[in-house]
Amino acid sequence: MKILTKWLRAYLPELSVDDLRLAEDLTLRGIAVEGIFDLGPGNGSLYEMDITTNRVDAMNHYGIAREVAAIYGVALQPFDLALPAHKPAAAVFPVRIEAEDACGRFTARVLRGITITDSRDWFTQAEVDTYFKLLEQKKISSAVDATNFVWLAMGQPTHAFDLDKIEGGIVVRRARKGEKLKTLDGIERTLDPEDLVVADHAKPLALAGVMGGWDSMITPATKSVLVEAAWFEPMAVRRTARRHGLHTDASHRFERGADFNAAPVASALVSRILLAAGGSIEGDLVDVRVPALEARTAARKPIALALSEVQRILGATTDADGITDATVEGVLAALGCMLAPAATNAWSVTLPSWRLDIEREIDLIEEVARVYGYNRFANTLPAFGGGVTALPFAQSESALRETLRSAGFHEAIASTFCSASDAALTAPQPGLVVPLGNPLSEEAGVLRPSLIPGMLTMVAGNLHRDVSDVRLFELGTVFSGTAEKVDERPALAFAAAGLLAEQSPLHPSRSIDFHDLKGVVEQLLTRFQTRTLYFDRFAPEAGLTPAWLHPFRSARIVADGTTVGWFGQLHPREAAARKLKDTILLCELYLDRLYRLPLRKPAAREISRFQPVRRDFSLVLDQSVPWEQIDAALAALSLPEIVDWRVREVFRDAKLGARDYSLLLGVTFQAGDRTLRDEELQSYQAQVIDAVGKAGARLRS
Amino acid sequence: MTNEAIPNLTAFDEAALDHAFAALERQARAAAAALSGPEAVEAFRLEWLGRKQGRLNDVSSRWLKAAPPEAKKSLGQRFNALKAVVEGLLDAALGAGPSDAALAAEAIDITLPGTRRLTGAEHPITRTLNEIVAVFTALGYSIGVGPEVETDFYNFECMNFPPGHPARDTQDTLVVAGQARRAQRDRLLLRTHTSPVQMRTMEQQPPPVRIVIPGKVHRNDAQDATHSPIFHQVEGLCVDTNITFSDLKGTLDHAMKALFGSSVKTRFFPSFFPFTEPSADVQISCIFCGGKGCRKCKHSGWIELLGCGMVDPAVFAFAAEKQPAYDPKKISGFAFGMGVERIAMMKYGISEIGQFYAGDMRFLGQFV
Repeated sequence: MKILTKWLRAYLPELSVDDLRLAEDLTLRGIAVEGIFDLGPGNGSLYEMDITTNRVDAMNHYGIAREVAAIYGVALQPFDLALPAHKPAAAVFPVRIEAEDACGRFTARVLRGITITDSRDWFTQAEVDTYFKLLEQKKISSAVDATNFVWLAMGQPTHAFDLDKIEGGIVVRRARKGEKLKTLDGIERTLDPEDLVVADHAKPLALAGVMGGWDSMITPATKSVLVEAAWFEPMAVRRTARRHGLHTDASHRFERGADFNAAPVASALVSRILLAAGGSIEGDLVDVRVPALEARTAARKPIALALSEVQRILGATTDADGITDATVEGVLAALGCMLAPAATNAWSVTLPSWRLDIEREIDLIEEVARVYGYNRFANTLPAFGGGVTALPFAQSESALRETLRSAGFHEAIASTFCSASDAALTAPQPGLVVPLGNPLSEEAGVLRPSLIPGMLTMVAGNLHRDVSDVRLFELGTVFSGTAEKVDERPALAFAAAGLLAEQSPLHPSRSIDFHDLKGVVEQLLTRFQTRTLYFDRFAPEAGLTPAWLHPFRSARIVADGTTVGWFGQLHPREAAARKLKDTILLCELYLDRLYRLPLRKPAAREISRFQPVRRDFSLVLDQSVPWEQIDAALAALSLPEIVDWRVREVFRDAKLGARDYSLLLGVTFQAGDRTLRDEELQSYQAQVIDAVGKAGARLRS
Repeated sequence: MTNEAIPNLTAFDEAALDHAFAALERQARAAAAALSGPEAVEAFRLEWLGRKQGRLNDVSSRWLKAAPPEAKKSLGQRFNALKAVVEGLLDAALGAGPSDAALAAEAIDITLPGTRRLTGAEHPITRTLNEIVAVFTALGYSIGVGPEVETDFYNFECMNFPPGHPARDTQDTLVVAGQARRAQRDRLLLRTHTSPVQMRTMEQQPPPVRIVIPGKVHRNDAQDATHSPIFHQVEGLCVDTNITFSDLKGTLDHAMKALFGSSVKTRFFPSFFPFTEPSADVQISCIFCGGKGCRKCKHSGWIELLGCGMVDPAVFAFAAEKQPAYDPKKISGFAFGMGVERIAMMKYGISEIGQFYAGDMRFLGQFV
């Protein structure tokens, strides 16, 4: 909003501070001046202002002048409302408010013998020319300029009708079903029975408080004018404006609450301007009011205010005196309140008609703080005796983040939304994808059911920018549900592509593979206390493997009998669809399930002082025998002296034949209480050979 | 080794013994000084101390046996002294390890880069969020979280944005599809701020309350350099008896100093939020120019950072429906909220908000 200091000063003849200081003092009191532009000698400054939505009264020159008067305690010039005496009318112009819930006041003034012309200067100091020029506001015609001038001066919307187009008189009512109205923007609108209209006895003339009608607008041929200045109820105007997709200066003001008492003032100002080119007033001002709405606005009941309450909410000030009764009285009176003493340091406060945002004691307290100056309050810290509670999963969450970071993964944050097709691909429950009613774009049409779509987008973004080594993870929320209820679950996804991180000019690197990612999965899961942990996969026809995963290079993660996630290589079909040539490895963990497991609590055990003995077994196995069987067979031995076993190497050799593969098994034997004797070792080795033999392995000769 | 064989000794007087032992000691020292590598040290040990062919063994078997009885004691003493010297030389040779010359052959190029494992980076948003939250947990605030999909009631109505209120226009909202037939307060939407967690917390516990609420929020805003439909907020709420506006000022002044350095100043401006009254915007003195005025602060010396205010009694009235102790006549409180992206952009010199959500390895890698 643009404000001229030259115009402000016209209402504040006693004001002596300069424009810079004025801007600063206004800003510190919540009437924010965002920019100051010098308009040259004698023209003052242009303020670019940002007024908060609650202070609609201050969105005009007079409203800001009123604030200035309160800040500096200077006099505010009243408007000059003097009008030529009216000629008697044969009958009072008929005005009726039918919609008494939506129109609180309607004033009408009849002007006859009007000449519609270029607007001319009707005030002594040529305000319209000067102000409009400085504001770069175009002059259109005397009627339009008059209403614009009053709008800029005092923020009251007014409307001028061509009186000869009005049949009978004015009725403010709800539209009838099917009624049509061509508004000033030239659009023919079909009205809704909820729309509030200003009508004559035959037809609607205007969308009340929103926009005038085409047929009754002022034209160069207009001779008689009806000046409307009214008060419309905020919600009625808001609904009408919204229904028709309109947002006008008038609707903006009425939606936020206009000044009930401004209508006669605005009517007089508009009339003065129109009459400057000749013409006369017919009859007295017609002023119809709805008492119920007047009681809610201009004639509101006084509010009780106590100094003790002001002090309880606001606290200490840097001045030793603090907020006193004199402070309260001074501030509120300057803002247009009337204070009647109710008790010691308590008042009954009558509110100004233009401040509908003030309704309660707390609103008055805010005004006191605002005008007194926020920065004159002390900085104190409240005492606190309570305890601090941690979030239940905070530790689990930081364990995951820490582990992934130490494994070289950067944390990322992706979009909360994805496309319906990506959702269909990745949703654990495809029937429960939640679409948005007003999505940002088609690609962001639904709430993400999985973190995989976002992860794929980010990985692809890197690869397409030739960043080929990617390690990313995201901890975020995934969504499922219906229009009635949406469930949110925490999830973790991570992805890897490119070469192993350990790159050196001295050693060759290699591409990261399934088992590298599996290692990260295992690292993450060992942070939690599990009784059983295994990985499995399903035949593609079972339909259990997520569609985004390669059916033979992926695995389900099962901890304590619960599926906690999936990982593996991106399905080549999806990779091709996204033009990704590199192998991409992905994992998604369902954290709501993982978090049911407690974090592993480290416990130390005695470390044996006795020599461990390592023995390697070179085994030959059928292709159909996975490591898991050998592993399970050794675990089943339950020999405490077998302290460790692992695969040292897997290799395939043509000499073995196509069906077999070879595996080097390393086993470590150790006792906690003695050095193992040769006979014991022989026996354990025999048991190992026997166990792996039953599992399908034979010793390589 | 070129030591001559042990000569036969012909005289056993003191001078002859001195001469003979001194010669051996010289030979031992010379040999020891030339040792390089563990093999040479082992050869020296065998040569001098070997049980069968060792030179000292030779001395013992030939000189001692040949000595007349009166000279045996004197010769034995000299023998033991020599043996100690040789053993000392051997110890020294073993301890010294390989010679510099031997080590030079093992030289490598130490200027080649080290083999580095990657360290993953904390996301700058997570990092900033944690920094802010830590300031408040140190002041006794617990952490609160809430859902990202909210009802109209929690996001707007109970935060004193009544249905149809113009203040709702300031927060363009993304809504869940299929809500038109539902009661307004039950309609599901993406929360536009973390404030609903204030109410969810108060409904769960009577005062006193001190919580800090980090979270992701969404608005139906077009993306540009500084705006994103996805962003993060940290919200705070403090409710107790006798919480005042000056407590709010003191708390935020402390927090801004903790976050941006003790020389930072704060100033408060009247503002408007439906859920607080009085409401304020807080500016801090520009952290780039110290308040002198620069491009970053548009030459004002100040940077706007957060919104805050005293909890509106209307908000307490909603809380009191479930927890009667939120009686605005008896308790009071303040709330504040700040945008995490804005602070992170300022702290780390980030110019495009979109970088936070792109997952670009090159961008994220800077925060290790």
